[in-house]
Amino acid sequence: MTEGRFGDFGGRYVPEALIPALEQLDEARSKAMVDPAFLGELERLHRTYTGRPSIITEVPRFAAYCGGARVILKREDLNHTGSHKINNVLAQALLTQRMGKTRVIAETGAGQHGVATATAAALLGLECRIYMGRVDTERQALNVARMKMLGAEVVPVSHGSATLKDAINEALRDWVTNVENTHYLIGTVTGPHPFPEMVRDFHRIIGVEARAQVLDLTGRLPDAVIACVGGGSNAMGIFHRFIDDPGVRLIGVEAGGSGIESGRHAARFASAEPGVLHGTFSYLMQDEDGQTIESHSISAGLDYPSVGPEHSFLRDSGRAEYLYATDEQAMRAFELLCKTEGIIPALESAHALAGAMMVGTDLGPEALLLVNLSGRGDKDVHTAAEWFGLLDEEAGS
Amino acid sequence: MTSYAGEPAYAGTSLGAGDVLRRCREEGRAALVGYLPVGFPDVETSVRAVEVLVESGVDIVEVGIPYSDPLMDGSVIQNAAARALAGGVRVADVFTATAAVRAKGAPPLVMTYWNLVLRMGVDTFADRLAAAGGAGLITPDLVPDEAGDWIAASERTGLDRVFLVAPSSTEERLAWVTSSCRGFVYAASTMGVTGARTAVGGGAKELVERTKAVTDLPVCVGLGVSNGQQAAEVASFADGVIVGSALVACLTDREPEEGLAALSTLTRELAEGVRNRR
Repeated sequence: MTEGRFGDFGGRYVPEALIPALEQLDEARSKAMVDPAFLGELERLHRTYTGRPSIITEVPRFAAYCGGARVILKREDLNHTGSHKINNVLAQALLTQRMGKTRVIAETGAGQHGVATATAAALLGLECRIYMGRVDTERQALNVARMKMLGAEVVPVSHGSATLKDAINEALRDWVTNVENTHYLIGTVTGPHPFPEMVRDFHRIIGVEARAQVLDLTGRLPDAVIACVGGGSNAMGIFHRFIDDPGVRLIGVEAGGSGIESGRHAARFASAEPGVLHGTFSYLMQDEDGQTIESHSISAGLDYPSVGPEHSFLRDSGRAEYLYATDEQAMRAFELLCKTEGIIPALESAHALAGAMMVGTDLGPEALLLVNLSGRGDKDVHTAAEWFGLLDEEAGS
Repeated sequence: MTSYAGEPAYAGTSLGAGDVLRRCREEGRAALVGYLPVGFPDVETSVRAVEVLVESGVDIVEVGIPYSDPLMDGSVIQNAAARALAGGVRVADVFTATAAVRAKGAPPLVMTYWNLVLRMGVDTFADRLAAAGGAGLITPDLVPDEAGDWIAASERTGLDRVFLVAPSSTEERLAWVTSSCRGFVYAASTMGVTGARTAVGGGAKELVERTKAVTDLPVCVGLGVSNGQQAAEVASFADGVIVGSALVACLTDREPEEGLAALSTLTRELAEGVRNRR
């Protein structure tokens, strides 16, 4: 079966109970993507609510640390709710209405996708429940409060490692039970077909805008497009429009955590082999028996043991390349962007910036790099302050 | 048949689940299908536990393999899986359990999430399972649409393939899924994950009827049965009654001997239930 596959990757490894819902979703999104009413409504929301098109910003002072290459940021951090996540969420929330469902559920790691989902649910009057690992609810308490403020119910998940992958397990259990009235609003380009393809299509606008903006500003295409890859939605969003531009290198940056040799990382392409998790066949951190291995990263949004199946395909086919940045490298890039450009990036996006420092150093001053700044760092100020020792004893608890 | 060093090869009859279900039908009763995960509370006790199931009246045993991400399971089986994994259970331990069940005279089916089979290699897994007396596989997160390799391997080895149908399955899906099954069809009676429920729900009967309209295979009902009365209820319309979480609960928070005794008591009650169709 080739439908829903990217080469060998992808598929639908889910209980039979969910297959009808996936088929319903596939049909709904196929119709919606050619329906002027749906596309018009989404375009209106993006213009009047999200704040699209997002701008691009050239960052010459930061570029000095990238081998002098010319560096341009796509500013998804300026979207409403602070990241690219809203692109996908608004579109899926509209689809939920079109399917006649009244309730959305979602998983969240750092809380960005949860906040975006709670936002869309508030906007469109949908009931909303967010599953979040207990460990994450503790390290992202502010985002929990934010979701509750927006009217969502937040359910801490204590099973397993009590992080993102366990939140997804719990969301899938809810979905199997309540699929009649509930849409599972998956936040990245993974999961069973049609999610990887659909979520990519909803984020494709990032690359479509950026390609035109870079051409307009510089008169040429970039030499490399660089994005961080957790599940991989912001990366697929910015990569996809460039896939048929053979001169443009597509470079994904994974989380190297404490380093590959430490075993504490989320660099799937550096160490893993393909397997099935959460409904899809893709590169997966797993032990000899096929049990999932827990990933580690300072960035909750990249802390996931698998990766979207289209990335696995792009990697094996050679169209995209994947690097990793360790926590340390990412925090260095985080600090540099703050101090040279006055932009506080999300920890996830800081990995893409660290990638730009490596690639720029390699390519030199003639190179033009487009980097997806997928989110802003407000949510990460506490983590960063701890990392840099900016919290004194009293205030730092 | 390939033999694997150190693994108990089984050389007896290869009675399949379908044969047992036919025999039960001739006896005018439903079959009792019992589930327990290998490695809970530890490998040794779990192997004794599946033997107790057969001794106490289970006709077909489902041996589960603990998995790190059991997204179809409720908390009882999730916790048992987590405990078994923490105790160091390995996928290959399942073959010790299947050999033990077979030696007691019942067909063992392995119930597993798909990645564990994929990781060992579908053909290798099938060969080892067949060599260890296994009757087949139940695959909760594998639909026939994705099962090309497994269908080929099961044709080659003669193992049963049990796929699930659900209340949400369309008529087309019911026909397609059941046409891919061998042995029996697993009807997941309620929408949801595993776990004992106070009421089995009217949806189960309807699903069995819809399934029987498109296949001659036996239909067994799972998800929610926890006592003899419910077993009798389900036995009135299904060919087999599947019990899982309630059996696992017998072994939870009890010393092994005490747990096995509780397991035997509940199994006998359930076995009586499937013989008292209402």
